[in-house]
Amino acid sequence: MAVTSPAIAGAHQYLDAQVRWRTIEIVFWLATLLPFVVTPDYLVLASQIAVTALFALSLDLILGYAGIVSLGHAAFFGFGAYTAGLISKWGWGEPLTGLLISGLAAGLLGYLMSFIISRFRHLALIMITLGFGLLLHELANSASGITGGADGLQGVKMWPLFGAFKFDLYGRTAYWYALIVLFLLFLVSRRLINSPFGLSLRGIRENAVRMRAIGAESRSHIRKIYTISAIIAGVAGAILTQTTETVSLGVLDFQRSADILVILILGGAGRLYGGLIGAIIYMIARDWFSGVNPQYWYFPIGVLLIGVVLFLPNGILGGLAQIVNSERGQRCTGWLTAPLPWRRRP
Amino acid sequence: MSVPVLSTSGLDKSFGSLVVAKNIEIALPRGVRYALIGPNGAGKTTLINLMTGMLRPDAGRIMLGGEDITALGPEERVRRGLVRTFQINSLFPHLNPLEAVTLAICERERIARTWWRPTSDYRAAVDEAYSVLESLMLGPVCTRETRELAYGQQRLLEIALALATRPKVLLLDEPAAGVPREESAELFTAITSLSQDITVLFIEHDMELVFRLASRIIVMVGGRILLEGTPDEISADPRVREVYLGGATHG
Repeated sequence: MAVTSPAIAGAHQYLDAQVRWRTIEIVFWLATLLPFVVTPDYLVLASQIAVTALFALSLDLILGYAGIVSLGHAAFFGFGAYTAGLISKWGWGEPLTGLLISGLAAGLLGYLMSFIISRFRHLALIMITLGFGLLLHELANSASGITGGADGLQGVKMWPLFGAFKFDLYGRTAYWYALIVLFLLFLVSRRLINSPFGLSLRGIRENAVRMRAIGAESRSHIRKIYTISAIIAGVAGAILTQTTETVSLGVLDFQRSADILVILILGGAGRLYGGLIGAIIYMIARDWFSGVNPQYWYFPIGVLLIGVVLFLPNGILGGLAQIVNSERGQRCTGWLTAPLPWRRRP
Repeated sequence: MSVPVLSTSGLDKSFGSLVVAKNIEIALPRGVRYALIGPNGAGKTTLINLMTGMLRPDAGRIMLGGEDITALGPEERVRRGLVRTFQINSLFPHLNPLEAVTLAICERERIARTWWRPTSDYRAAVDEAYSVLESLMLGPVCTRETRELAYGQQRLLEIALALATRPKVLLLDEPAAGVPREESAELFTAITSLSQDITVLFIEHDMELVFRLASRIIVMVGGRILLEGTPDEISADPRVREVYLGGATHG
């Protein structure tokens, strides 16, 4: 069409705006650098938060966008963690190739699993993923010759990053490393959810029956996103191994699958930043509460969760979005959340 | 008559001892407006479910444009041009109409597999989505979330989603269900102005609308086809009068 009506231009503008960066996003990512300056003693915690955020991001892609429930996502996290540990133990300590191999290994596992996953929904999925998680945990436990069983994997030794930056005790390299990987995979995820593929994922979440009635290739979409999600989860697990130089059975624990679900719901599912915000709040709260009372630190976490779900059913970000989108919120904070003015080339 | 676009032969379906479809034989030529009528429980929606592959028939065959599609799943049938809408809105509540229709077009064009380019890059798909929405008077609300739309607009979006797949045969399951009379005019304008290349079969209870829109009518009773004919033949047939009026005397 040579002449576009103003109305259709509006439609294009709407879709363009979805992709554009917002001021608040740039502020957020700049703020992730603050720990280096403000709390240099807490860089180990910061890197663990980054790992958890990456793990939550991987769950958000399947749960928040495609509506695929999982109570066993630690399987991929743990698989990546053990793969990274074993590669190092068997004599190859280079972090980046180790990370890549671990991600691909977890992705392969995810790909195989996705053929089952794409056939089920809702409650059946909870049961299947739960069983799969427990299965992998028991496998790792019984194969103690390889994994070290309940004692954990010993002898993980990482070489310096790029041959120059050693993983120090203070977590300086660890946080840089985790943060950069998180940011890069976030960029990939952000691109993915704004693509036609991302649109189809939301369609699957919203109405799987209707997707069939418009001839959508839902199953192949689910297989694809599940594999991508497994890769990201595996990478997150691998970073944990590489930065702590140990692997324990805890990486495959049911508790970890449950925690990450809680973190995502706390932050707000289906918003990309939900998992990141959830990870920050949950991990800091856990660190703080366990300092205050090492024995009963789950109690205040429980209170926090009930509070959030009662008052902010769509998570912290869901609640914030409601405030920001209100008329008053628009006046006060509109500049933060408005798409930045630069335009993509057509 | 030329080869029918959609035809069924000897279609049977029962749930246990309840027969919902018995020896259904229909043949829809290209471009014809068919109405499918019959009392509640006659098996009209079941027939649509059978034809679109949401249900598997116990026996019989379904042909689309000379091809046997009996064994195909719903998605494959849609890609070959056999598309339906739903009696109860089956939409994407948190997507807006623009996104929903663009989604359907992207799936049709197989663009939906690509994940490294933003949706807004596919301007042709977005333009087409907008023009489908505009033709159904949904242009002004195309960026409002579906769940916020008025009920009548949601019914129109049902049709918009189906049209976005470029159907050869369109099966409309009570397109005006729940829409007040005075608002259903828009809907039926939309249906009458559909391209003459599309064969339409619609279920409708409002006889006035049926007689106004349909060029041929199929009457179903108890899982069987009672008769098929032009509106004049149907309205003159004593059996149809009995099915409708006879039932009414009991009510």
